[in-house]
Order: sequence, then C-alpha cells, then structure tokens
Amino acid sequence: MNPSLKKPRESMDLSNSSELTQPTAFPDEVLEKVLSLVESHKDRNSASLVCKYWYNAERWTRTKLFIGNCYSVTPEIVARRFPKIKSVTLKGKPRFSDFNLVPENWGADVQVWLDVFARVYPFLEELRLKRMAVTDESLEFLAKSFHGFKVLSLLSCDGFSTDGISSIATYCKNLTELDIQENGIDDFTGSWLSCFPDDFASLEVLNFASLNSEFSFDALERLVSRCKSLRVLKLNKNVTLGQLQRLLVRAPQLMELGTGPFVPELTGRQYAELESAFSNCKHLHTLSGLWEATRYLPVLYAACASLTFLNLSYATIRSNEFSKLLAHCPNLRRLWVLDTVRDKGLEAVGANCPLLEELRVFPADPFEEDIVHGVTESGFVAVSAGCPKLQYVLYFCRQMTNAAVATIVRNCPDFTHFRLCIMNPGQPDYLTNEPMDEAFGAVVKTCKKLQRLSVSGLLTDLTFEYIGQYAKNLETLSVAFAGSSDRGMQCVLEGCSKLRKLEIRDCPFGNAALLSGMEKYESMRCLWMSACRVTMNGCRMLAQGRPRLNVEVIKDENSDDLADKLYVYRSVAGPRRDAPPFVVTL
Amino acid sequence: MATEMEITELRLGLPGGNSHMKEKKRVYSEITNSDQNSSNVNVNGDVYYMCQNKNEVVGWPPVCAYRKKNNFNGREGSKMYVKVSMDGVPFLRKVDLSTHKGYSELVMALEKLFDCYGIGEALEDADKSEYVPIYEDKDGDWMLVGDVPWEMFSESCKRLRIMKRSDAKVIGLGARDFLKGMSENK
Repeated sequence: MNPSLKKPRESMDLSNSSELTQPTAFPDEVLEKVLSLVESHKDRNSASLVCKYWYNAERWTRTKLFIGNCYSVTPEIVARRFPKIKSVTLKGKPRFSDFNLVPENWGADVQVWLDVFARVYPFLEELRLKRMAVTDESLEFLAKSFHGFKVLSLLSCDGFSTDGISSIATYCKNLTELDIQENGIDDFTGSWLSCFPDDFASLEVLNFASLNSEFSFDALERLVSRCKSLRVLKLNKNVTLGQLQRLLVRAPQLMELGTGPFVPELTGRQYAELESAFSNCKHLHTLSGLWEATRYLPVLYAACASLTFLNLSYATIRSNEFSKLLAHCPNLRRLWVLDTVRDKGLEAVGANCPLLEELRVFPADPFEEDIVHGVTESGFVAVSAGCPKLQYVLYFCRQMTNAAVATIVRNCPDFTHFRLCIMNPGQPDYLTNEPMDEAFGAVVKTCKKLQRLSVSGLLTDLTFEYIGQYAKNLETLSVAFAGSSDRGMQCVLEGCSKLRKLEIRDCPFGNAALLSGMEKYESMRCLWMSACRVTMNGCRMLAQGRPRLNVEVIKDENSDDLADKLYVYRSVAGPRRDAPPFVVTL
Repeated sequence: MATEMEITELRLGLPGGNSHMKEKKRVYSEITNSDQNSSNVNVNGDVYYMCQNKNEVVGWPPVCAYRKKNNFNGREGSKMYVKVSMDGVPFLRKVDLSTHKGYSELVMALEKLFDCYGIGEALEDADKSEYVPIYEDKDGDWMLVGDVPWEMFSESCKRLRIMKRSDAKVIGLGARDFLKGMSENK
C-alpha cells in the first residue's frame, strides 16, 4: 500500500494545528483539485467525514449547496463552513403543503437566507427554491445584491408577484436562467418581460408557462432574437400559433419548447410555415404546453423524432390524436399525460414507445365523483407490456386490481419510483373486493431497486409488513387512509433501513407507532403525520427523548389532546425561532 | 325550469352532498364514524373504512394546488358560458365564468350586463339587497351564490338567476341568515 496515502489519516489524531500545515506527499492543491471535480453532494458529504484534513479541503472546494430542509441548519452555520458557494438549492415546506395541508404563513422564508448570502457570497450565481416563501422584496433584494447572478428557479413557492419577476429582469444583467413553475404567484401583469434591457442577450432558459397575464409579444420576439444561446423556451397560454412560428424561426436551436394553445386558427400558408419551422428545430428533445390539442398536431410531427420528453399534462388530448402523435415519437423516455387519453391512449404508448422510462398520468377531473372515464388498470398493464424499461410511474386512477399490479411489476421489475393513487380513499380491489395489500406486496417483492413508494386503496397492516420486509432500498414512503393499527407503521420503521422521508395522513397510527421510531428519525430527513391518532403527550415524549429532533405540532382549533399535524425533522439549528403561533415546538 | 316551490327551497351545502356538512376539514375519526359517508367492511375480524365522499376531504386526491387551479373538466377550450336570467328582464344573457376569478368579479360583470347595480349588495349587506343571485347546480338544485369556494361554484354552476328579493318566499330560517352566510364566505 502506498505509504503516502496513510498520511492524511495519521494527521487526524493530531491536535497540534501546525502538524496540519506540514507538507505531505499529498499536497493541499492536489486534494483540492481532486475534490473540486466531485459534484455529487452525497459524495462530498462522505469525503468530508474522512478526516479533518479532508473536511477542510472539501469545505474550501464546495461550490454547490443542497439543503433539503431549510430548518435543518441555519444560514450562519452554512456560511461558516462553506466560504465559496456559487449555487444554492433550498427546499422549505413539507411536501403535503402542495395539497393545502399546511396553513399559510407557516414559514420557510427565504429572506433570512438572502441576508446572510449577500454578506458572505456576493458572487452567488444560482438560486433554486422549492416550497419556500418568497416576497417581491426578497426578489428585489436578490436582484440588487448579487451582481453576477445567473440562475433563478422557483418551484412551488408562494408569496410573490410578477412585480418581483420584474426586479429580476431589470437588475440581473447576467441572467441565464429564469424558471418560474407552479407557484402561488400573484399574476398581475406580463410587463416583466419588457423589463429586460435592450442589450440583454445572455438568456439560455426561459420558462413562464405558468403565468397567464398578457405581455408584449414584440418584447418577447426581440428577446428571443437577441439570445442566441436560448435552449429552453416555455411559453404561456397567451402565445398563438402564428406567434409561435415567428419565435421558432428566430430560435431553431431550441432544445426544450413549451408551446401556447394549439387552437386551429391558421391559414393554409401559416400552417405550412409553422410546419416548416418545426422541421427546422433539429435539436428539440423536450416538448410541452399544447393546452388544447387539436387537428393541428401533425404540424409537430417533423420535430418529434428526437423527442425524449413529452409533457402533455396540461393538454386535454384525446386518445385518437394522442395515438397518432405517439406514432412519431419512438424515442420517448419520459411522458406526462392527462387521463383524458384513456386506456386506449395508453395502449398506444405501449405500442410506440419501447424506450419509455417514466410515465405520469394526471387526473383531468380529480374532484368529480360521477366521472366514468379516466384510466383504469388495463391502461397501466398495456404500458407495462410494451415498455419494459419503466422505472418511474405516477398513476392516478379510479380502479385497480391486485392482479393487474402483479402483472405490471412482472413486466417492469426495474421500478425505482412507484406512485399509485387510487382516487377514492380506501377503495378495495374492484373485482375481488379484497384489500390492495397483495398489489403493493408484489411491488416491493419484485422491484428490488425501489426508492420511492406511494400507496393507496384499501390497505391493512399486511401491506406495511411487506414493505418493512422487502423494500430495503426504500427512501420515501407516502401513505394515506391506510393501515389497521400501530403495527403497520412499526413494521416500516423497523424494516426500511434507508428510509429518509415518511409522510402519513389519515391512518390509525398512534403514539406506540410514533415512539417505535424514536431511534430512527435522526437518520431521516423528516416525518409527517396528520389526522392520525398521535397525541400531544406522545409528541412530548418523542421531543424529550430526542433533543436533536425538532418536534412540531400544527395546532387545529378542535381538539387539544390529539396532535393534528405533526412534523418531525432532524436539525442542527435547534428549535425554529420564526415559528408562527399555530406551530408548537415541543 | 324548476317550479316556484323548488326554487324557493333554499338549501345550504355542497351539490349532492349532505346539507349538514360544511366545507371543513374532516378528521379521520369523523370519516370513519360517519354513517352516511362510509361503509364498514369486515375483513378477518378487523374493520376497515371506505370513504365515499372524497369531495369533503382536504388535500385529496394529492393533486398540487397549481394543477388544481388549472383543472380541466373536458370542457371545450376553457370557456364556461352559463345563461343568466334576471327577474323582469324578458331576455337572458350569457356570462363566461372562466374569465372571473371570484364572486366580486362575477357580480360586477352581472351588474354591467343588466345595467343594474343592486346585485353586489347581496354580497355586502345581505339584509338590504334588493336582488338575490342564485344558481342551478349539477344536481338541479337552486343554490344561493356565495356559499362555497369560487372554484367549486364555477365548476358546478349550470345557470344563474338574479331573483328579486320580494320573490323569495322562505319559510322557517329567514333569508337574512342565509344571506349573512354569503357575505362571510366571500
């Protein structure tokens, strides 16, 4: 063994700091150079644990920061440890806030982070926020504080308006990415688009598909013409096909395109021009938008051969047009659709897309009870038969059987993400009237690489026994309206050694189940339990037993003893200092 | 068109749902204990619960808030034209619900359509308003405008009627109490 490699380990035991500056056979520059090539934050975290020497080398070379839970650490701690950060990804609220289970003003305010970053990382270039509370003032502060700022991505955030976006457009002279997705944003006006300076030309990514307000098409056209490096352009519902053609002609280099509505309103000549524009887009690999898919879809066909990601999740497309479109997309790897395509459309997926790895089927009408359409188990089975490489599925349906799921995983044993949502809570196998235990049993027994699982339907503790016994790689589990007793949750906590995120709602799990995981929660990012049988006393016991966990209860007016919404997460920051009155930290 | 008697039978509640259940979050125990909305299935001696009325469960199905707002009901395009009749006016008008984000906008549009500026009062001061806006929902029931969240209303509203207050013959609980609820739920 090379003796020079031993030196860093020997120096671990030295408390005398001068020893650390001694020249070794493995100089700082070499280690730092090597570590600077390590991108994955998981690998970097491991490297930092080797010894103090490596810890220091790693912290000086880390430029990208990933914080999965903004309350697990404070901005000050981060700033002390990492002096050279250029890119930050920050996630805030628990995922169930997407479904309105978390009251407003819960927290996750980005400003407290921006204050520290402005001081310590004046050269910050990238900020990616998910489920954070962001105000217009914060966006203006951001735009004015970081002069080299390049990338802003806001996903599922809330609290800001298009005025904040105007600040970004006005002041960020080096902006390359502006990605606004699915936020709770006050959409006042599209005038932000006109705020980009006339000489601004550095944009590479522009996604404003989720903003609906009117804007100046002229400003957009000029912007697209100037930005020669534009590779991602996702337009909103206000862009007509005629306007789309003009944009495509100026940006044939686009790799990702989100169109406006495909309303049939063109003359013959305009149609031909649009068709020609699409056929000139030789680098298009991602397509989204469409909104209303009509008989104009063939205009796209020429651009579909190279498509790997087709996102029709906001397009009401029926099985006929969908099938015809798919015939032109043999290279699809990822497909998002609405269930308006029905089982027939999914059969076309199985027939045309053998390389498919990811399928998401969203419900067009999730709250309508009398609907008889949508997709069923046969659509899912059809896809699995034709797409053996499926790894990721999100499937909303109104009926499912154990046998169908068993067939599906037999066809596709490589699932890493299996999220099945049978929309009626607690619904059994509709043919046999039995619980859906065997379905998820088949999933965990067959899919050894499973990392993420969402269960639904009528489920007993047996499902969770299966999960605990077989799902050894499971990291994220979402459970709703399921289980019979504490035992269910206990099985999962005992058996799933790699579990990081557990979110549970409306299940009969109580204090015994909660406390059985006491040893485990510090190795997880978080636990969410709402409308279960956990009491305030149980939560207090957990909090007292584990001081490094933040045990927070969101209080409901109704009952004093039941802990209505429980959120538990590990943290080196101690209890939250910004908790609103309805969040009780135990 | 419903008879005079049916129209005047003002009821609170979600279309087709229980009239006593308001739009409020239901705890698991409520769902399991409610006889009308669940059936207990006995399997192996354990009792399991099936919730049939999922419209009353907050945050279910787990469709994110943004996607919910952009809900597609299979309607042609995203237009939601409904007929509006007004007492004393011989012809009906049509209004596109999808162009409005809330009740106040709708009422403003109605006032412009009929050149009548008393409708908004019903949302502000229930006691004094001369007009009562009501709508027919998917089940054919005539409901008071303003009880349920806007999105729920716009999805289930089939037609609107602007009734003169003097025509509302309500027995028992006075119209006042119903209309008061309307201004609170704005």
